[in-house]
Amino acid sequence: MTRTSPIRILLAKPGLDGHDQGAKVVARALMEAGFEVIYTGLRQTPEAVVRAAKDNDADVIALSSMAGSHVPFCEKLTPLLEKAGLADRLCIIGGNLPKRDHDHLRQLGFRGIFPSSSRLDDIVNYVRANVP
Amino acid sequence: MSDERRSNTRRVVNESGIEIKPVYTPADVEQSGGFSFIGEPGAYPFVRGIHPLMYRHRPYTMRQYTGFGNAADTNARFKYLIANGQTGLNVAFDLPTQCGLDSDDPLAHGEIGRVGMAVDTLRDFEIAFDGIDLDKITVSLTINGAAPQLIAMYLAMAQKRGYDVRKLRGTAQNDILKEFIGRGTWIYPVEPSVRLVGDTIEYCAQHAPKYSPVSVCGYHIRESGANPIQEMAYGFCIAKAYADEVVARGLDIDEFAGRLSFNFNVFGNIFEQVAKFRAGRGLWAKIIKEQYGAQKPESLWLRMLAGGGGGGLTFEQPEINIVRGAYYGLIAALSGAQTTALCCFDEAYTIPSEYAQRISLRTLQLLITEMGLADTVDPLGGSWYVETLTNQMRQRMEEVMAELDAEGGIKALIADGTIQARVSAQAYSTQRAIESGEFPKVGVNCYRNETAEDIDVEMHPYDEEDGARQIADLNATRRSRDATCVRDTLARLRSDAQAGRNVMPAIVEAVNAYASVGEITTELAAVYGRYREPVKF
Repeated sequence: MTRTSPIRILLAKPGLDGHDQGAKVVARALMEAGFEVIYTGLRQTPEAVVRAAKDNDADVIALSSMAGSHVPFCEKLTPLLEKAGLADRLCIIGGNLPKRDHDHLRQLGFRGIFPSSSRLDDIVNYVRANVP
Repeated sequence: MSDERRSNTRRVVNESGIEIKPVYTPADVEQSGGFSFIGEPGAYPFVRGIHPLMYRHRPYTMRQYTGFGNAADTNARFKYLIANGQTGLNVAFDLPTQCGLDSDDPLAHGEIGRVGMAVDTLRDFEIAFDGIDLDKITVSLTINGAAPQLIAMYLAMAQKRGYDVRKLRGTAQNDILKEFIGRGTWIYPVEPSVRLVGDTIEYCAQHAPKYSPVSVCGYHIRESGANPIQEMAYGFCIAKAYADEVVARGLDIDEFAGRLSFNFNVFGNIFEQVAKFRAGRGLWAKIIKEQYGAQKPESLWLRMLAGGGGGGLTFEQPEINIVRGAYYGLIAALSGAQTTALCCFDEAYTIPSEYAQRISLRTLQLLITEMGLADTVDPLGGSWYVETLTNQMRQRMEEVMAELDAEGGIKALIADGTIQARVSAQAYSTQRAIESGEFPKVGVNCYRNETAEDIDVEMHPYDEEDGARQIADLNATRRSRDATCVRDTLARLRSDAQAGRNVMPAIVEAVNAYASVGEITTELAAVYGRYREPVKF
C-alpha cells in the first residue's frame, strides 16, 4: 500500500548540547525531501522527546547529538519509548558518534546511525527506504 | 591576455560574496576607497594593527582551549601546557556549568565533566588554579550564561590567594547574545541576559579595571554557519548592544571600551580572512570614535583572539587537519591577533589528547620562531589585492550592520529568531555546496581516500565515574560551608535583582560563601525568568 500522508519526523536535540546547526541543516534537507519535520529545539529530556513523538504521532524519532552524552541519553530514552507504545517507530541518530558506540546504539534500537560527515541525501534516502 | 583567454577564466567568488579578479592593480585600491582609511600600525583607524610594533614588541599569546573532568584533571592539563610553553590559559567548562546547573541537577546526568571542567563552587576554582601564578599567565574563561558567577569566582579565588584584583588581568567570553545564535547555552531571556553583561562590565570597570569582562564572540556565529561578513557585522552589533547598555547607566565610553575584547574565527580563504580582520579593526575603531565619541586610543582598539578554525576542519582524513591548523595559525599571525588558539586535529572526534594539543601549540610556536611571522608588522599591508578586499569587506560589514539596525536591532532580531534562521539558512546552503562539489573541501568532496582504513584517533578516556565524584565533592562543600551565610547572601542577591540593582556585588558575596553556580542561577531565574527559544529556521 502506498502511503498517502507525508512521513512525519520528530527531530530532537537531546541533553544540554547547544550546537544545533547540524540538526537544523538536516531538518531543512528532510523538509525539502517532502517529509514533515517537527524540530523540538534545544535541551530535551528523554521524557520530553517521548511526549513530543507521541503527541505528533511521529513515524521517525531522530536525535542529533554532538557533546558526547548520546549513550546515557539513549539508555534512558529506549525504555520510555517502549512504555509509551512507540517501540515500533524508526529511531535514527546523527552527530559526533564514535564508532565504538555504534553497536550499543543499535542494541538500544537506533537502526540508522549517521556520524559527522554523513551526506544529507543518505539520511533522506534511508528514511524513505525504512519507513513503511 | 587575449579576450578569448579572459572569457575562459573561471569566475571566482569568495565566501563573502565578493568576486575576485585574476589581477589587482593600484586602480582597484583607488576604486574601492583608496588608502585613506588604512593608516599606520598603532594609529587610527588601526587597520594595520593596534600597536606600532605588534609582535616585534610582544608575540601573540598562545592560549589553547582546555578543560575536562573535574578541576584536578584540568589543573594537570594546564600545567602540562604551561610546561610546553603555552602563554595563556583558556578554560573549557562542561555543559551543566555553562547552563547554570549544579552537577546534581537531573538535567546534568551524563554531561558532567564531558566537554569541559565541571564547576559547582569556588572550591573547584581553588583546585583548578592551584600552583598557577596568575601574575605570569592570564586566564580566559569560556563561559557565557553563567559568566557572572564564574567571573566572581575567579576574582574571589585570586583575592584569597593574595592578588590585587585591581591589577588582575584576564578575560571572560561572557557574550550571551551570540549564544542565542549559536552554541545555545543561554539561561535567561534576552533583555535580562544583556543586563547581566552590563552588570559585569560596570562591576569590573569599578573593581577590576584591568580585567576584560566580555570577549564578544563572532567565532561561534561563524562556526554556526555564518559567512565572514556576518561574523563581523553581527559581532559588532552585539558589542554595540552591550556598550549601549552600559552607556545608558551613565558610564563614559572611555571607562570600559578599552577592556572590551573580541574572539573571531580563522578558517577559510587566507586573503579573505586577513582582509576581514583588517577591515574589522578599522570599522570597530570608527564606530567607537564616531558613534560613541571615545577619546582614549585604547578605547578604539579591536583587541582580539583569532583562532579555533573548528568549522573548517574535517572528520575525514583528520591528519590533514594538522596542515589546515598550520594555515589557520598563519592567518591569525598575518591578521595581527593579540591571542591565538588552534583547534586540534582530533577535535571532530574527541576532547583533544595531550599529543594533539602539543602539535597545535608547536604550530603556533614555530610560526613566530622559525617562519618570520613576528618580524614585521602587517606583512600583507600594501598588497593591492588585500587592500582592495579590506575596503570592500568593510563596506559590506557596514551595510549588514545598517540593515540590522533598520530591521529593529540585533536584540529584537535574536529574540524573535530571525538571526538564527539567517545563519541556519547560510549553513544549509554551504553544506549543500560542499555535497555538490561546488565548494571544494579536500578529503570530503575531492581527493578522498576511498580505500582508507579506519582512522586511528586516540579517544579521550571519559570516566563514567566523573559525575559521581563531582557530586560527592559538591555535597562535601555544602556540608562544610556556613549555611546561614549562604542563605543570607542568596536572599540579598534576589532582592538586588528584584530592585534592578547591579547584582555582581551580591554574587561575589555568595560565591565567597561557597554558594553554588546552580543556587545563584535559581535566584536570578526567579526574577528574570528563563528563555524559551523560538524554534525558527
